[in-house]
Amino acid sequence: MSNVAKMSKTLVSEHQPEQAKFKSYIIGFIASLALTMSAYFITYYHVSGGRALLFGALSVLALSQFLIQLFFFLHVGREFPPRYKLMITSFMILVVLILVGGSLWIMHSLNGRVMPSTNQMVKYMNSQDNL
Amino acid sequence: MSEISPGLDLAKADQLIERHEKDATTVFGFWVYLMTDCVLFASLFATFAVLRNNTFGGPSGATLFSLPYALAETLALLTSSFTCGLALLAAQAKRKTQTLVWFMITFGLGLTFLVLELSEFHKFVAMGDSWRRSGFLSAYFTLVGTHGLHITIGLLWMVVMMLFIYKRGLNRLSLKRIRMLSMFWHFLDVVWIFIFTIVYLFGALHA
Amino acid sequence: MSHSLISTFGGFLGRLSLKWLPHDPITASGAIMLAAVPIAVALFITYTKRWKWIYREWLTTQDPKRIGIMYIIIAILMGLRGLADVIMVRTQQAVSVGSNHGILSASHFQQVISAHGTIMIFFVAMGLMFGIINLIVPLQIGARDVAFPFLNATGFWLFFAGMALINISLLIGDFSATGWLAYPPLSELKYSPTVGVDYWIWSLEIAGIGSLLAGINFVVTILKKRVKGMKLMKMPLFCWSVLGSMSLVIFAFPILTVTLTLLALDRTLGMHFFTSGHGGNMMMYVNLIWAWGHPEVYILVLPAFGVYSEIAAVFSRKKLFGYVSMVWAIWAIVILSFIVWLHHFFTMGAGSNVNAFFGIMTMIIAVPTGVKLFNWLFTMYKGKLNMKTPLYWLIAFVVVFTIGGMAGVLMAVPPIDFQLHNSLFLVAHFHMMIVSGVLFGYFAGIAYWYPKFLGYRLNERLGRYAFWSWLVGFLLAFIPLYILGFMGATRRLDHYSASLGWQPLFIVAAIGVVFIILGVVLQILQLIVSIWQRNGELKVGHDPWDGRTLEWSLPTPIPAYNFARLPEVSTRDAYWNAKKVKYIDRRPYEDIEMPKNSPLGMVIAGGALIFGFAFVWHIWWLVIVGLLVSVFGLIYRSMDEHTEYTLPASDVKQMEQMRASGGGI
Repeated sequence: MSNVAKMSKTLVSEHQPEQAKFKSYIIGFIASLALTMSAYFITYYHVSGGRALLFGALSVLALSQFLIQLFFFLHVGREFPPRYKLMITSFMILVVLILVGGSLWIMHSLNGRVMPSTNQMVKYMNSQDNL
Repeated sequence: MSEISPGLDLAKADQLIERHEKDATTVFGFWVYLMTDCVLFASLFATFAVLRNNTFGGPSGATLFSLPYALAETLALLTSSFTCGLALLAAQAKRKTQTLVWFMITFGLGLTFLVLELSEFHKFVAMGDSWRRSGFLSAYFTLVGTHGLHITIGLLWMVVMMLFIYKRGLNRLSLKRIRMLSMFWHFLDVVWIFIFTIVYLFGALHA
Repeated sequence: MSHSLISTFGGFLGRLSLKWLPHDPITASGAIMLAAVPIAVALFITYTKRWKWIYREWLTTQDPKRIGIMYIIIAILMGLRGLADVIMVRTQQAVSVGSNHGILSASHFQQVISAHGTIMIFFVAMGLMFGIINLIVPLQIGARDVAFPFLNATGFWLFFAGMALINISLLIGDFSATGWLAYPPLSELKYSPTVGVDYWIWSLEIAGIGSLLAGINFVVTILKKRVKGMKLMKMPLFCWSVLGSMSLVIFAFPILTVTLTLLALDRTLGMHFFTSGHGGNMMMYVNLIWAWGHPEVYILVLPAFGVYSEIAAVFSRKKLFGYVSMVWAIWAIVILSFIVWLHHFFTMGAGSNVNAFFGIMTMIIAVPTGVKLFNWLFTMYKGKLNMKTPLYWLIAFVVVFTIGGMAGVLMAVPPIDFQLHNSLFLVAHFHMMIVSGVLFGYFAGIAYWYPKFLGYRLNERLGRYAFWSWLVGFLLAFIPLYILGFMGATRRLDHYSASLGWQPLFIVAAIGVVFIILGVVLQILQLIVSIWQRNGELKVGHDPWDGRTLEWSLPTPIPAYNFARLPEVSTRDAYWNAKKVKYIDRRPYEDIEMPKNSPLGMVIAGGALIFGFAFVWHIWWLVIVGLLVSVFGLIYRSMDEHTEYTLPASDVKQMEQMRASGGGI
């Protein structure tokens, strides 16, 4: 009867007691609201002095909200092994970090070295009548 | 669950497991699609980040965006994400009317978000700050617009889904699709967290 | 009167008008030949009254085996077109010296060379790859079907639609003259005002989305549809390589989709992503397209590596050397291939830290590739080599790939790349990688698996002649390009001065093409002769090579449901071990669920084709029509709850018994 046992296991994993799931949505919602509002207020009122600190704080708030929604709304990390969903999500995050981080690094380097400033460009284009 | 009873024969159990695994595979496949969509948005975010200062004499984010307005959009979408989760819970509990009601609320909030976004676009264009104005505005309209396009698709899907539930009830197929739709909707909220932070909040700080 | 009529139509049909039909003799004859192929096929089908059969068995099929064959047929036809392009290119470069300006105008030459690159990568290499994956992966993992048959079929039809669009550009309008990756600002509206670049964009956009869908399907198929007992580490190496490649597809193709869309937005809505004014940044395009483009190279080559791994083991009659290291090498390549893209634009001007980092990463990626090469060599070492064509391709690949790879490591050093960037040295390098790594691999794969599907081998002698013509032609065509690169010849030259002394080497390269053409003719001849002799000496059983993996356990022709009884797997090389035990399967047959045929994948892709064509010509109402066709195709499909049918166990039993008595396999 291992089949029946297996089935009940999979069915149970899909149909946890409703209360538990409802609770996870409530937690996720309230936490997201709190994080959104704090991000909003520290920006709106320019709380704290350092600019770098503000950017850092906003990034941390966004990332926490991302993880909270991933966990409480999208239920990542709650599957049985083999955890393909978790693996593929981690791979996605790695690719995104490489892509965004790499692009910014490369383009920053290029901008500093080969791009004229906007002022230089406007001046140049004004000198070229046909543009 | 009612399917598990002592008198259940093995062939039936096998079939149930097989169907269950098939549905799980479809939902997993949809998750893989969402991951590819994350990379799509990441490319747009990278482009936006690279072009954010290329205002070419036009307005910057700090002069253009209104933070309270963006907050209103955010709250509408966040709440809709929550109500979409409640729709899924109602569907799994086989409560048809409740499911439909939650979906209608979700749809209303999603539509509110879309209208807010489009009127913001309209305002910018009317002021002469359209996507043609500068590299920064091209990137802004495209990043936020791509999200808006996804929202539009989500809303269309929700209409089709509601009709499907209304006509055919909460059968195995509609349950599977509701799971995927709710994943899609939560995913759009996740993307919006980053748009809110990177486009609007960071934009205000760059002033 | 007539003038107003034309202008009205001009509005109604966007930019489209009769003046865009081809006028010069070369394009016109190409267009006529191109149009003749589908017309001839259609006439033949009508004449033999096979439309119904075509529709039922092929156009609406959800069977990956048939979809695989359709991919391969399209890829072969497009290969012939890509070859025709390159014949023009090589002829032009051999004769267009000094006062002679050759057979093509400069702009036509650029279109031809752009079409060659685009077609060979997107419609030949990708087509062969997806073809072989569709054919083999479900069989090797012991599955009756892929995870998403409808998605898979739609992916194929989108690939088809992209292919159709790029060929329509030959019939009406022109094609992109901006190289296979269409760098801006040249590809912006200001400098490329005709429809050529738009054809390029939408053809790749549509085919790219098809590839993405196929990629999702195969990632999930391999992860979720393996037969019970086949743990990941017991999969055939081909499946591992496909899993690696498809993981790259799903994360690289969205980048391509975005990049193409942004260029399209620049061109149609007047945005400023990559323009030279208004705060655009064309370097971002180069950055993004290569963030897709480099993984793309490994997308193409990994499954071919998998094919070589299968062939090395089977034709050496040994198990594959270093299976575990092979798997890790694949994943090292997968990750590293996302961290090397800048080496395509070392010269754009990034700082030395950036260049050094990406240079070092590029050199590191040679390490896992080297691991794989040594593993193939050690597999063959002391094996009882069965010297058939697949093994010939493998050995040629090992040699050519090593030469090309060393040239690649050389160019990974940024200061050296500054000398060689955009030169023919680079052209020689990447052709050596892609032709030997990808094309030879799929040729080997076709020769290896052909008998599995058709019940007869390909003629060995002609195959060997074709191989030698290809190899000699290939080396003659590309070794001179290394030398020309050192002499300073840049890529995409339609004319050069006689005093440079390049002409003799270009002529040698052109002679190489003649040998390649001979190779292709011999391959076609091989196919015809093999069909002719199929009931004679070429006829084989279901396992002609003494195979090791599950596909060889199946009867030929393979039934639609692949496995009447799902195999039991507990080891690597599952069939090899099963053969040793001589186990007779007496388990009862079971009901099998099969996907029903559906034309809707074709409808959705048809909508995409209309959409793409209309977008190219700015026929906005038709854009909406195309979109609606696709969207309603999708919604219509979603309303159908009965997409599968059940084949009862009794029918399976009957079919298997008929096969056993009649087939005598």
